[in-house]
Amino acid sequence: MSSLIALLVASVTFGTVLMYGTLGEILTEKSGNLNLGVEGIMYMGGAFGLAGAFTYEKAVGVAASNGFVAIVIAVVTAFAAGAIASLIYGFITITLRANQNVTGLALTIFGTGVGQFTGEFMRVREGGYVALSNHLKGAFTFQIFPSFLRDIPVIGRILFSHNAFFYIAIALAVAMHFFFQKTKTGMYLRSVGESPSTADAAGINITKYKYLATIIGGGISAIGGMVYITTTAGCVWNHEGLSGVGWLAVALVIFCMWRPLNAIWGSILFGALMIMYLRVRVAFIPTEIYKILPYIVTVVVLVFSSMRNNKEKQPPASLGVNYFREER
Amino acid sequence: MQNNCAIQMCSITKRFGQVVANDGINLEIRRGEILSLLGENGSGKTTLMNMLAGIYQPDEGEILADGKPIAIRSPKDAYSYGIGMIHQHYKLVDVFTAAQNIVLGLNDEKLDLKTINSKVKRICDRYSFAIAPERKIYDMSVSQKQTVEIVKVLYRGADILILDEPTAVLTPQETEKLFVVLRAMKEDGKAVVIITHKLNEVMELSDEVAVLRKGKYIGRVRTSETNPQQLTDMMVGHSVVLNIDRPEYSDPFPRLTVEDLTCVDHEGVTKLDHVSFTAMGGEILGVAGIAGSGQKELLESITGLYPVKEGSVRFFEENGCETELIGKTPMQIRRTGVGMAFVPEDRLGMGLVGSMGMTGNMMLRSWRSGKGLFLNKKSPEHLAKKVWNDLEVVTPSTSFPVRRMSGGNVQKVLVGREIASRPRILMTAYPVRGLDINTSYTIYNLLTEQKMGGVAVVFVGEDLDVMLELCDRILVLCGGKVSGIVDARNATKEQIGLMMTSVGQRRASDDE
Ligand SMILES: Nc1ncnc2c1ncn2[C@@H]1O[C@H](COP(=O)(O)OP(=O)(O)O)[C@@H](O)[C@H]1O
Ligand SMILES: [Mg+2]
Repeated sequence: MSSLIALLVASVTFGTVLMYGTLGEILTEKSGNLNLGVEGIMYMGGAFGLAGAFTYEKAVGVAASNGFVAIVIAVVTAFAAGAIASLIYGFITITLRANQNVTGLALTIFGTGVGQFTGEFMRVREGGYVALSNHLKGAFTFQIFPSFLRDIPVIGRILFSHNAFFYIAIALAVAMHFFFQKTKTGMYLRSVGESPSTADAAGINITKYKYLATIIGGGISAIGGMVYITTTAGCVWNHEGLSGVGWLAVALVIFCMWRPLNAIWGSILFGALMIMYLRVRVAFIPTEIYKILPYIVTVVVLVFSSMRNNKEKQPPASLGVNYFREER
Repeated sequence: MQNNCAIQMCSITKRFGQVVANDGINLEIRRGEILSLLGENGSGKTTLMNMLAGIYQPDEGEILADGKPIAIRSPKDAYSYGIGMIHQHYKLVDVFTAAQNIVLGLNDEKLDLKTINSKVKRICDRYSFAIAPERKIYDMSVSQKQTVEIVKVLYRGADILILDEPTAVLTPQETEKLFVVLRAMKEDGKAVVIITHKLNEVMELSDEVAVLRKGKYIGRVRTSETNPQQLTDMMVGHSVVLNIDRPEYSDPFPRLTVEDLTCVDHEGVTKLDHVSFTAMGGEILGVAGIAGSGQKELLESITGLYPVKEGSVRFFEENGCETELIGKTPMQIRRTGVGMAFVPEDRLGMGLVGSMGMTGNMMLRSWRSGKGLFLNKKSPEHLAKKVWNDLEVVTPSTSFPVRRMSGGNVQKVLVGREIASRPRILMTAYPVRGLDINTSYTIYNLLTEQKMGGVAVVFVGEDLDVMLELCDRILVLCGGKVSGIVDARNATKEQIGLMMTSVGQRRASDDE
């Protein structure tokens, strides 16, 4: 039992990282832009988020540094890094109308490079090791619920023992669901992703919606990278752990059928699949098999969902296609 | 007279790269009048109207609304001048409801269903539309979608309505209904512009006709003072004969016998229900029916592209030998030497490769006959040149991507290629859809030529007037069943229209 709970808690920790990546990409894809640069964006988010908090700590000194401020700075720098990377992607695909897949892949290469460079640069400059002080580390993994809730048997650990990023991600998913389904702006955004020519003819500013969704979506994805570095990786630059996470987020978007609420349990499930090899080890199964499980699940879901031919559970109809009014 | 003028377009020119789509066009649109815009494919009708709808900007010239020059920079601007266009490809979001589509993009409108519904209802009552505001677009028939488009435009307060080939996808009954609506709009003092290829519709509906040819404005006549022949001559630029010749083949013989053909799609819906008929060599067999009554499945199951649940399709040689086609793949059917040619509905999807030129597309039919490692380009090139000349395909070269050609020319390439394979059965699905009169007649003549060569021609069509003139017999499908086969020489349009809806239950979507 307790090992099961431990698995669940660890899945949530890793799932939180995925949830940000996925929610950001859902927002982007709802505007019809398929940004395959998530991998790069999350790298940049991780490196710059850590750099932000680290610089802050160095500037004010360990003693004077405040955990909450450090978190805000990390979030803002990570978001900004992702937003800027996505702005580049947006400019190339929306304004210059270049191929989205190629641009996205280029962004992945660019972003992982920039992220690595930044992380390594900091490491070398600091003499081989960048890490936040224990005081700030604690702030990033601080359990926000009071101990009497956490101490409730079973339930307490499952529901109340996580850090703030998890609950914020859930709130974000719910907010996005509400935004897409209930608000006019959300409906307009969906129409842009479904049929840009319709939205255009209805007088909606396609360019504005596409840019905003792409930039904000990229920013959200980047926070995922920062969350990984500051929680799972223990506030130390670790490029290996981040590798592949962005691709997993892209797969997860498909798995969730572009629905933010599905991203909540989907991320936790994928989180579980990703860390299974550490926890539920079966001797004769190589870890590589474990690691491809999320992708296998995604393929199975794709097969089933396309077989059912449900009109509602489809990607945004214009996903991956650039829009130009005078094109026919 | 002057005060009912809504829009004036003055020497409008629009170029797409080298192509001059509109060349110094002057056009006046008046309130309380239905204007038909007539012209062959690619004559620039859609382009001209798109400039009023804010999709394109004119390169030269001026647009006046009520005498004052205006600039229409976006579809939003167009609405602000009361211009609404119903595009040939509907601009609707499939996964939204009708109501959501109707209010899309309206900023001052709350997403309050009650107000929307009551306003929608007012419009529907005025023109006796019936739409279900809560229904999703993907659940709707083509004509229901069109209704949503019209309501959407009216909801935005448009009083200048432009319809781009609205009848191309409608049944005769649905077309009639649409015309009633358009006449009611005219009564309300709205200006209506309708683009159509069908001359009988022009004659029936409009007050005036404006004709374009190759991007130029040719003239404008009152409908009451003209006739189809004059209009065709204006459109084409020289006189054309508008009769379809229907010679009789000396001795038609059974070529293909279909018995109890039944198909079920992957969702378990029966698409064809015990369909039986015989196609004769030396005969054009028409297939009529409301869109989606099984026409596509019929042709595809005969050609081996669609899974068959039961039934048989037998091909007869001249010497009486017969071959069963069911259970064979298209490749196997071809190897048996049956000689079947298929001009599918989806020309660029199933028929041709859009990004390749004419030569490349000719090769698709013959590449297996080449020897060795390399492609034999000579004979396809030769064939492409022949089709280019014989059918007067308008294209800069045989390597010009077919995707960029106009619809009529794409169709000529496809039909030309299929006929060149010397088929004994020629199956065509909507071969003149979207084509202008002149090209349509070229296609009709080609089909008749094939028939007189002893080919069994199956013609799935939608324009009943044409089918009654062109075909020898007409098979009418209704919901996947054969509701009858009539002799086209003495059947009437009403009779066929009735058969299209009578067998089996009516489609649920028609009841609303
Ligand atoms: N968006 C476009 N880009 C390039 N060429 C175009 C475009 N739209 C139309 N054309 C060209 O302009 C001409 C007129 O086309 P169109 O207005 O669609 O004709 P019609 O509606 O009368 O069939 C054609 O030669 C067509 O190929
Ligand atoms: Mg057109």
